[in-house]
Amino acid sequence: MIWDLHCHLNGVEGRTPDEKIVRMLEYADRMNVGKLVFYMGWPFLADPSPDELRSQNDQVLQAISHWSDRALGFAYVSARYVDESLAEIERCITNGPMVGIKLWIAAKCADEQIDPIIKRCSELKVAIFQHTWIKATGNEPGESSPDDLIRLATRHPGVPLICGHTGGDWEKGIRIVRPFEQISVDTGGFDPTSGMVEMAVRELGADRVIYGSDVSGRSFGSQLAKVQGALIPDDAKRKILGGNLKRMLTPILKAKGVSV
Amino acid sequence: MSAPVTDQLSDDERIIDTNVYLSRWPFRRLAYDETSKLVERLKSSGISQAWAGSFDGLLHKDVGGVNLRLYEECKTLGEGLLRPVGSINPALPDWQEDVRRCAEDYQMHAIRLHPGYHGYLLSDPRFEQLLDQALHYRLIVQIAVRMEDVRTQHPLMRIPDVDVSPLTGLLVPRPDQLVMLLNSQQVVRASLLGAMAALPGVYVDMAMQEGMGGLSSLLKEFPQDRIVFGSYAPFFILESSLLKLQESEIGNQISHAIRYENANRLNAGRP
Repeated sequence: MIWDLHCHLNGVEGRTPDEKIVRMLEYADRMNVGKLVFYMGWPFLADPSPDELRSQNDQVLQAISHWSDRALGFAYVSARYVDESLAEIERCITNGPMVGIKLWIAAKCADEQIDPIIKRCSELKVAIFQHTWIKATGNEPGESSPDDLIRLATRHPGVPLICGHTGGDWEKGIRIVRPFEQISVDTGGFDPTSGMVEMAVRELGADRVIYGSDVSGRSFGSQLAKVQGALIPDDAKRKILGGNLKRMLTPILKAKGVSV
Repeated sequence: MSAPVTDQLSDDERIIDTNVYLSRWPFRRLAYDETSKLVERLKSSGISQAWAGSFDGLLHKDVGGVNLRLYEECKTLGEGLLRPVGSINPALPDWQEDVRRCAEDYQMHAIRLHPGYHGYLLSDPRFEQLLDQALHYRLIVQIAVRMEDVRTQHPLMRIPDVDVSPLTGLLVPRPDQLVMLLNSQQVVRASLLGAMAALPGVYVDMAMQEGMGGLSSLLKEFPQDRIVFGSYAPFFILESSLLKLQESEIGNQISHAIRYENANRLNAGRP
């Protein structure tokens, strides 16, 4: 079964979370994607307030509420609001169905202010997804790069971290995170350029590569192609397309009594 | 060179890929950047004809040599599948001779432009002259609007996307000129896409169409009979465009038009 690490409700047809997720699952079915991880609601907010974080998490909670067999959720949190983010982790993960967190571009993850959030997620053994890019055009002020992520990893050795978009400029991103075994890379959200998955498998090993699409901004097709069209063994494809994410989420899913 | 097709396929199974490149991407080796391997890969995915430009056309100044090699490569290794599409750089001296050779010596049906890499705007008078020469030879003009996400370009090689807005003023008085925008969807959007849709000679390929169900979205903004299949292989993974066809619920008729019919119509009456 294909597991998709990286899905958004933003931009999808529908007035409500329930309508949007139904539409997304129709497309997922066409592409044989069995399990989808959702985070952030709509509209995209680069620096959401605590109220906006709660509201966006509520949208995702509602969307996944009737699809426990297909949909998982990560809580959208922000290092700009540590106390409120910790409260969201308790609400959405400890006392709710979510299984990870999403950190976007409000604050760089290299800053130590984020540490209580990472520490709590480590205790709960939940997934930590950090958006990263290395833009030739220049990053946003709070936008992390893989270099920021490895500074975070250095402060939290052994804590699994996901390098969102593999830094976008994946030839650099892969090399930056390579020495850090705790960091996996997300394949989603950039063009289906030939060679990305091959390089990631060669340099990191297939166990550290996770398929994500970044729908609805991206196409399932263009993003699946990176893995399905890669010149790597079938066993590696199976790990990337589902095995690795399933393994990463198994502790928290089991803790919630979800069979995997 | 006559229009080649793979004989064993029915019309319903054929795909014409309008956006393929031979030779080497300047910044990275690609899995299928050797012509024989690319041809094998295209054939195995049901591509019956591929319009092939050359990555050498981006930076080489000896464009005559680039196009001669492309022509010979397609003839010797193309297995009847590759149609060469010559590069033209109107910023080079005597570029008109390159157009003539493409049309007369190599019997090409199309030429490919990379204005971002060659440093001119479509408002440049040389581009208008090029359109007139292309019209004279009945050449389709492919314009590569972008080759790479501007965010991931080499820091010493920042190439701007192509502004296609001057096409409106240029093509209204040239209704018979065919222009195909390659890799355009991240750049040509909203009202600009609407302006292109209003020009009956403008076609778009789908290689850089993104978004969930992206082809369905494109069909709401651009006429179905002027969207053509393009993979941008081998820079992009071939499966990307193939899977996007599967992803969007567009029906067999429209899918067939995009995969084959629309591009094949452009073949008609051309060498």
